[in-house]
Amino acid sequence: MKMLWVLAMKELRDGFRNRWVAAAIVVLGILALTLSVLGSAPTGSVRVSELDISVVSLASLSVYLIPLIALMLSFDAMVGEFERGTMMLLLTYPVTRWQIIMGKFLGHVLILSIAILLGYGGAVVVLTLVTGSSTEGWPAYAMMMASSLVLGAVFIALGYLVSVLVRERATAIGAAIGLWLVFVVLYDLLLFGALTMDKDQLIGQQLFSMLMLVSPTDTYRILNLSSFEGVSEAAGIAGVASEAGLSGALLISVMLVWVIAPLMATLLVFQRREL
Amino acid sequence: MQMTVSQSTIQPVISLDSVSKIYGGETVVSAVDFKVRPGECVVLVGHNGAGKTTLMKLMLGLTRPSSGEVNVFGSNPAFSAAVAQHKTLGYLPESVAFYDAMTGREVLAFYARLKGVSNSDCEHLLDSVGLGDAAKRRVATYSKGMRQRLGLAQAMLGNPQLLFLDEPTTGLDPGLRHQFYELIDALHKEGVTSLISSHALSEVEARANRFIIMKAGVMIASGSLDELYLQAALPVRLEVSVAAGQASSVADRLGSGLTIDKIGNEKLQLSCFNGDKMPLIRRISELGDVVSDLQILPPRLDEVYSHFMNGERS
Repeated sequence: MKMLWVLAMKELRDGFRNRWVAAAIVVLGILALTLSVLGSAPTGSVRVSELDISVVSLASLSVYLIPLIALMLSFDAMVGEFERGTMMLLLTYPVTRWQIIMGKFLGHVLILSIAILLGYGGAVVVLTLVTGSSTEGWPAYAMMMASSLVLGAVFIALGYLVSVLVRERATAIGAAIGLWLVFVVLYDLLLFGALTMDKDQLIGQQLFSMLMLVSPTDTYRILNLSSFEGVSEAAGIAGVASEAGLSGALLISVMLVWVIAPLMATLLVFQRREL
Repeated sequence: MQMTVSQSTIQPVISLDSVSKIYGGETVVSAVDFKVRPGECVVLVGHNGAGKTTLMKLMLGLTRPSSGEVNVFGSNPAFSAAVAQHKTLGYLPESVAFYDAMTGREVLAFYARLKGVSNSDCEHLLDSVGLGDAAKRRVATYSKGMRQRLGLAQAMLGNPQLLFLDEPTTGLDPGLRHQFYELIDALHKEGVTSLISSHALSEVEARANRFIIMKAGVMIASGSLDELYLQAALPVRLEVSVAAGQASSVADRLGSGLTIDKIGNEKLQLSCFNGDKMPLIRRISELGDVVSDLQILPPRLDEVYSHFMNGERS
């Protein structure tokens, strides 16, 4: 456990040193503030709280932004150390390969937690102080922050898998962008394309739910837009998830599988790797 | 031919049993056998690509042998159970790479924490390799020699019992080389086992207990300098100092079983096969007062090395 902490602290320090943490906090903070301010305009007519609207718009944009930040943090984690030659020396220290992966993961998740907590959290605190609005939407907002972290963890883990599989950093960048495109853009595009083409309704409710569950970004979206009544009203999809039989616990478990599976795969590849 | 290591009840620190390593169809290490006993200083010599670095990586568990068995401290270094033993070993890779964005002090502190070494030990090590003043600078700004020194410092963290040093003196200036070998000698006295790969034959010959000569992945010879000298059957060189002007007459009186390499005015250089050495020395001493001095020139590692490199495998 001590080893994990030493390795995690190194990643965290690296994150502060190369201004990664600062940049992520600023980006997330500005995004949250802008969306909240813009989003507060139409609240009068819909009668939902400002924060619920913020959750809808933030969750929709986090789906794009958080995976991007997570992949940029993680794509270099393994291949960078292989390429520079620092991994060889690190492995002659009393650390196991499992500890190296988990230590890095812990460090990167910490970086992302700080960015989300200060960026998203800071924005909502500022907003509440300035507008003096009520705190009733806070649970949904907190849930959005927590699930954003899990979404980030998913893509950190996926980034490691890419990073341990490729031989060069340049390839890792390309593969990370590809991963982002597939999970964040293409998968949904294909799914909606298939639904539109599906005139005979071959894709039933069950299958559609399954297909949505397969993608970690879709599970994140459903989780955030449907878990709280106020939010789902604001998003205009009230009751959709429960009708589809997608409970919050199930959605969270799916995301956790998306964290664990790539980490395990990374470890398996790393264990067999010779330096 | 390989010198048999004398039977010892002491458990060897390292043992390799017909170890081979094939990378992508190419054999880089082929059926290598050797043992390193506690406290020994063993030097691996050989050209670039002879398999020295691969041997070290095998012993460190960074790669696994294609066949054969590697044992370090009695267990397979490629198993994760052997990781705990890494606390007692130090490694300096051939061209050592560090995290460039960190300062020298941060780098060493990071490695120290992994080994459970205190910060004060770090400062002491930084001073001892002459990096005390540069400790605040980022490693990216370090020269090759400074990186090498930082590499040495990290290898020494936590008083290792076993040191793997791959070309340790490249990039070090003569003063630091000297300091480095003094350090190695001191560690050796404390009973630290070390395995050093080196090109600098003249530097290591006085320090090592044993040499392992590698050529294209094959261990072509192993043993102490004397043993290697015998194996190589190289002629023994003698230098005889005689009274002025007597050199050529002395040479005539010595007879057969030797080669005259050089005749000066007062000096005579001879060489003979090892078996002929004692009779020759007796004959020289029988010459009486005309001979003022006799020196037997010790074997030089580079002679032995080039013999094994150029000659066919015996």
